[in-house]
Amino acid sequence: MDLKELYQEIILDHGKNPRNLGKFENFNKDAEGYNPLCGDKVHVYLKLNEDKEIEDISFEGHGCAISMASASIMTELMKDKKNPEVKEILNDFLDMIKQSPELKSQLIKEDEKTKLMSLSGVKRYPMRVKCATIAWHALASAMNYKKDENNSEKFI
Amino acid sequence: MSLKDIKKEFPIFSNKIQNNDLVYLDSANSSQKPQVVVDRIYDFYTKEFSNVGRSIHYLAVAATNLYENTRTLVQKYINAKDKNEIVFTKGATEAINLVANTFGQKYLKEGDEVLLTELEHHSNYVPWHYLRKSNGVKIKFAEMDENGDVTLETIEKNITDKTKIIAITHLSNVTGAILPVKEITKLAHSKNIPVLIDGCQGAPHLKLDMQDLDCDFYAISCHKMYGPTGLGILYAKKKWLEELPPYQGGGGMIREVKKEGITFGELPNKYEAGTMATAQVIAFGESIKFINKIGIENIEKHERELTVYGEEVLRKNNSVKLIGNPKDKGSVLSFTLDGVHPHDIATILDEDGVAIRAGHHCCQILHEKLGLSATARASLGVYNTKEDLDQLNESLNKCKKIFS
Repeated sequence: MDLKELYQEIILDHGKNPRNLGKFENFNKDAEGYNPLCGDKVHVYLKLNEDKEIEDISFEGHGCAISMASASIMTELMKDKKNPEVKEILNDFLDMIKQSPELKSQLIKEDEKTKLMSLSGVKRYPMRVKCATIAWHALASAMNYKKDENNSEKFI
Repeated sequence: MSLKDIKKEFPIFSNKIQNNDLVYLDSANSSQKPQVVVDRIYDFYTKEFSNVGRSIHYLAVAATNLYENTRTLVQKYINAKDKNEIVFTKGATEAINLVANTFGQKYLKEGDEVLLTELEHHSNYVPWHYLRKSNGVKIKFAEMDENGDVTLETIEKNITDKTKIIAITHLSNVTGAILPVKEITKLAHSKNIPVLIDGCQGAPHLKLDMQDLDCDFYAISCHKMYGPTGLGILYAKKKWLEELPPYQGGGGMIREVKKEGITFGELPNKYEAGTMATAQVIAFGESIKFINKIGIENIEKHERELTVYGEEVLRKNNSVKLIGNPKDKGSVLSFTLDGVHPHDIATILDEDGVAIRAGHHCCQILHEKLGLSATARASLGVYNTKEDLDQLNESLNKCKKIFS
């Protein structure tokens, strides 16, 4: 039962056929996320316009089904999002994956919520949380977000 | 003691782990502990505790004797010439750091070479890495071949007149390769090069004889030998322990301390600064007795048979690719499974109570050479059975099903 919760169809699908995989030519921001525990890497590429809107986003990397699916779902969701929105969604996702039972942000549509919530199964597997967040941390660093001094779990 | 009922000696196997019988296949990482070792820690703390080597009251003297008894047991177990060649450390990692630090300080200068292999665990690379910056030392890696072996010839090819020390693993924790350490030591000594052997995977599985092996340093991890964590052993030839400077300073390792200067204690105290892992040392004596009761030769035979069986089972599974096919192989089965990342394998196996390790196993140089970021690894101990390996295979089939 728990395994089915962790390896839901959405995750297996995105894990096997990740969307937005591969570097694109005219990116202007990028950053790498790394999991020292397993050596997995996810590199995120962005094309950010003057309004700080993500015009294009992709990722490269190798890793487990969870990390690949999470990166894939994230890139789908973040395309065409603007800076403050990106940060809000990112923080909401990280909060959900670690503790919160649900996503709170109004910026996330219902169908998007379903996809993101498919990753919530990792909560039961603390060693795998890093797999689900590796791409999101790479995105935060490509966007130049800094960690909140009073709350290292949050980006400001 | 018979191998048949050996699981009963380990209390962890009588407990359910997440409602499953435990199939423990992670002994290369750390082994489970027999009841006698657990009891010894409890008894020491409840009935016999005192610090060692300092006070002269009854408990202190008794504890000191117990502590020193383990040193003698270790000496006999590895057939070292002198009990003072056994130094207790906080782990094999510290044992290697001790040598890299003190040997480096005294003998290594700019341009000198340290020869390692591509098989090395990070604990036998990172300590030497520091000498690159501090002393300008060069680190060379003898290449692993396609079988996951490092041969004597490859070691020979990498030795130059700048090679000052060779530090190699006894048994690879990924490919299972058992290196020809005796021949390598002989070759090195013919060129006046000392040899350190990382015995983390050797000591729990192979019969050791330091006088026959003739290596200069041998590092042991006690928690991989059915013993407590927080304890390692450095075997070093007496001449080195006498010649090399002390590693850490503190109580217990000195002879006389004055404002103008300090003289250091005799062996082995010189290398055992501060209060040591007393209870662990004393309990480790029980680990050695436990191994001796079964006989290390019997353990080796049992594990070799199981390794062959495990390889057979996994070879029949078409989706499994075994990593490494060395000439002489220890009880390590590293593998990949088509279409399933090792981390996902480990999580799915865990649900069946099958504990394996997934990742780079602290060997990133080796994994880079393999072109893989991670592998899955089942590693064996005295308590494993054929049924454990059958369960491994069955759970791997479950992985395939989920990812099909």
